[in-house]
Amino acid sequence: MACTAETLAAALRAAAAVIAEHRTELIDLDRAIGDADHGENMDRGFTAIVSALDTATPETPAAVVKLAATTLISKVGGAAGPLYGTAFLRASVKLGDAAEVDGPLLVEALRAALEGVQARGKAVGGDATMVDALIPAVSAAEEASGDDIAAILTAAADAAEKGAESTVDLVPRKGRASYLGERAKGHLDPGARSTALLLRAFAEAAK
Amino acid sequence: MSVGIVLVSHSAKLAEGLAELAAQMAPDVTIVAAGGLSEGGIGTDYDEVVAATQRADSGAGVVLLYDLGSAQMTADLAVESLADPSAAVVVDAPLVEGAIAAAVAAQGGADRQAVAGAAASAGAPPDLTFDSGVQDGESSVELTLRNDVGLHARPAAVLVRSIAGLDAEVTVRLGEETADANSVLALMALGARQGDRIEVRAKGAQAEEALTKVKDLVDQNFGE
Repeated sequence: MACTAETLAAALRAAAAVIAEHRTELIDLDRAIGDADHGENMDRGFTAIVSALDTATPETPAAVVKLAATTLISKVGGAAGPLYGTAFLRASVKLGDAAEVDGPLLVEALRAALEGVQARGKAVGGDATMVDALIPAVSAAEEASGDDIAAILTAAADAAEKGAESTVDLVPRKGRASYLGERAKGHLDPGARSTALLLRAFAEAAK
Repeated sequence: MSVGIVLVSHSAKLAEGLAELAAQMAPDVTIVAAGGLSEGGIGTDYDEVVAATQRADSGAGVVLLYDLGSAQMTADLAVESLADPSAAVVVDAPLVEGAIAAAVAAQGGADRQAVAGAAASAGAPPDLTFDSGVQDGESSVELTLRNDVGLHARPAAVLVRSIAGLDAEVTVRLGEETADANSVLALMALGARQGDRIEVRAKGAQAEEALTKVKDLVDQNFGE
């Protein structure tokens, strides 16, 4: 199964619902090590994506993803806005003018998103950031390969959840949490958690 | 036409206050504050940073400075989104000192790379050298500072501006320390106060002209 602009838009709406549902959880995670705004910001950004999709009907998968990118950049504050914005923007560039996204193209787009986030945030694996969810997710997606989009995204989501859990034992080296040093150990990184939530939402939507 | 400057801060007040301060030392430079969220509150607003960068560009390019963390990402992303990303550069510098150094350099007609360089080097300790006496080919003049604040920020900036563009290497000595007269931060680091006697040295084709300009400034109390 390949996904079209319509199915991608539906996946983003599903993601918005999941983010809204987990808004408080993300706020609580961020309160422990940050400024408690990650849930609020992500919810605002994805609510704005749904509004944008209600008024515009982008024709290609790339246009849908680009609309999500520009909305997130403008509406999500803190570091998450530029980081998720860059991820979606780079993915959108990779999708080009394809009318449908197949498995291999999806994997390439995920890889581009990861590279964009790393270029923007200068974070590497082990820094206790969203990159700790994204790196294993992209590796798992590459291993799954093939043409089954749902299988690729499910593998990515599974790996992202494990990756996010791994941030609990890490001392953050990037972002506001890094100011806390050792005291930030023992906490799940909110950005890694939201990355895992998004990938799970996309995987469920693809089924 | 000078290089424009954009100050990206999480706080509107911080960006505006700094723009006001820097503008006092560089009255002809376009310095645009891009602080806080559009609806108010702490944060950085991507759309505002993009608009500020476009507004600051009079054709000579833009240098962006930022305060903390995500402000850098927002600034980087804004530059990437420009029709010509090479027209603007985000510089890693201490915000206040960097903005002052960049503004004074831009006022003096420096190009984008030199303005960014002035901002970036503002993080290093001011470059003062031990007084090694007047060198061959150098002219010098001794002056007593009569203005209220001595070589503080604004007078130092006025001095830098007065000799910008002249073909002369100019230094200012106070006691045992000598500062490059092109660096507003180095001049301030001398800590020259009212009543202090400074020595201005210059060499190069327009050395005498540079000394006259500085002497006139001191005689006129830097326009205070």
